[in-house]
Amino acid sequence: MTDAVLQTHALTKRFGAVTACDQVNLDLRPGEIHAVIGPNGAGKSTLIAQICGGLKPDAGQVEFLGRDVTGHSNADRAQMGLARTFQISALAMEDTVLQNAILGALGARGGAFRFFKPALGDRDLRDQAMTALERVGLSDAAATRTAELSHGQRRQLEVAVALTLHPRAFVMDEPMAGMGSEGSRQLTGFLDELRTEAPILLVEHDMDAVFALADRLSVLVYGKVIATGTVAEIRANRDVRDAYLGADG
Amino acid sequence: MTRERLFNTALMAGLLAIPLWAWATDEPFTITLATRVAILALAGVGLNIALGLGGLVSLGHAAFFGIGGYAMGILASHAQSYAPLAEWPFLIEGTKSMPVIWIAAILASGLAALIIGALSLRTTGVYFIMITLAFGQMLYFFSISWPAYGGEDGLSIYVRNGFPGLNTLDPIQFFAICFALLAAALWLNARLSASPFGLALNAARQAPHRVETVGLSPFRLRLTAFVISGAITGLAGALFADLNRFVSPTMFSWQTSGEIMVFVILGGVGRLYGPVAGAALFITLEHVLGGLSEFWHIYLGLLLLLVVLFARGGLIGLIAGRQAAHD
Repeated sequence: MTDAVLQTHALTKRFGAVTACDQVNLDLRPGEIHAVIGPNGAGKSTLIAQICGGLKPDAGQVEFLGRDVTGHSNADRAQMGLARTFQISALAMEDTVLQNAILGALGARGGAFRFFKPALGDRDLRDQAMTALERVGLSDAAATRTAELSHGQRRQLEVAVALTLHPRAFVMDEPMAGMGSEGSRQLTGFLDELRTEAPILLVEHDMDAVFALADRLSVLVYGKVIATGTVAEIRANRDVRDAYLGADG
Repeated sequence: MTRERLFNTALMAGLLAIPLWAWATDEPFTITLATRVAILALAGVGLNIALGLGGLVSLGHAAFFGIGGYAMGILASHAQSYAPLAEWPFLIEGTKSMPVIWIAAILASGLAALIIGALSLRTTGVYFIMITLAFGQMLYFFSISWPAYGGEDGLSIYVRNGFPGLNTLDPIQFFAICFALLAAALWLNARLSASPFGLALNAARQAPHRVETVGLSPFRLRLTAFVISGAITGLAGALFADLNRFVSPTMFSWQTSGEIMVFVILGGVGRLYGPVAGAALFITLEHVLGGLSEFWHIYLGLLLLLVVLFARGGLIGLIAGRQAAHD
């Protein structure tokens, strides 16, 4: 088919009588930000979990870098270069910011089975981690315990950990959630540049950010993609306006 | 020097000084008590790798303690009776050499931990506690019903096993061996905590999803930790059997698992020297309170309750305060 980096084919997931994901076809092309929007309960989290590997679809496939990865675990997909950030920060809270970033660098190296040399003494790991922290503007907080970070800083750290993996594609679950407008603006600027490195599948509630960033948008309602297109196309789409953006949207 | 480090140094110095003093004043019983502390602390160090670093609440570590004990008992009893362990496919003789017995104990308990871990680590929380307990009990009842090595009565070894260049029957020399192994295990544990493996295992305890999304498998990390943990506890089991010159199914009992866990909790879960502090406190209480009343466990229970309710960092947490972020 196309040279899409990440693709879903008729992905379907049912929970009892509810079809949380209904024949979803999505593709993420090189260099783009593809945003997935939709009201609460539209099945965005279900979709992400299937793409990243936490949840097995009932039908359909996930294709990453031209390979069918539907049966692959989270860890395998990550090893292939699929980096994910979480909606609710999943970080080692007792550890320092640097340690969390080093964890990512360990993943990029392909294993943590080294038992004697101190992790923090490893120049290579440390450099990779620090580079990622610098890029998101967290290098000053490297020695801080993660639990002491502000909400916005935790979001930044999520992105930094993803960066350490040198991924081929990002899947970001509401990276702006709970951020102040300043932090949100900064992150928007950062993601804007990041897309040239690897394309981003962005699930986001912040419409300002989505309209500013997205090359293409897909609108998910009741597990179905009701429209895919550029920002202008989506804004003009009647179905989308009725279903989601509101009459004056 | 931080308070925790100061306390740890004092603890190890005390554990070394008391038996030396007892040796000088000819009090062999005190040396034996200190040896018990060192051995039980070693068992606790093993559990602490699974429990403190990996967050794996295993109530079945008696399995590894017992396997270590029986590794010693079986090898030594064959050496005692001059009957080889196996003649086919190749001849395996019994042995009275401590280093060989230690290696056998480490390998056997490590292998058992690999099998038990591979099955148990598919579950979490209360199910993990129950399944490890079940494995421990299986081995307990197996050891009772296996007549070849004493069954319920256990196995007596008449002479303590030997270590090249040392007289192991001399209490202070045997203590020195146990203390050296404890120190080595603590050193290993410290290296492990700071290593990439320790960092990833520590993260897998706090945020398993994160570990998966960077491409690492929490299961493999935990299984490796469980094997290392079981092997160290197994080594402690071999020493414990050598101390008593006796092995019995009691080593496999769930009370033993509970006691090892009590050392870790009393001393401070996840603290490097927690098991040493816990085992020292336990043996001291057993000795002091045990002299006052045979129901001294009531006081132990009360103390444990207080620690769990008010001092979650255990004895070390109480003295040294909250754990600092690793630097």
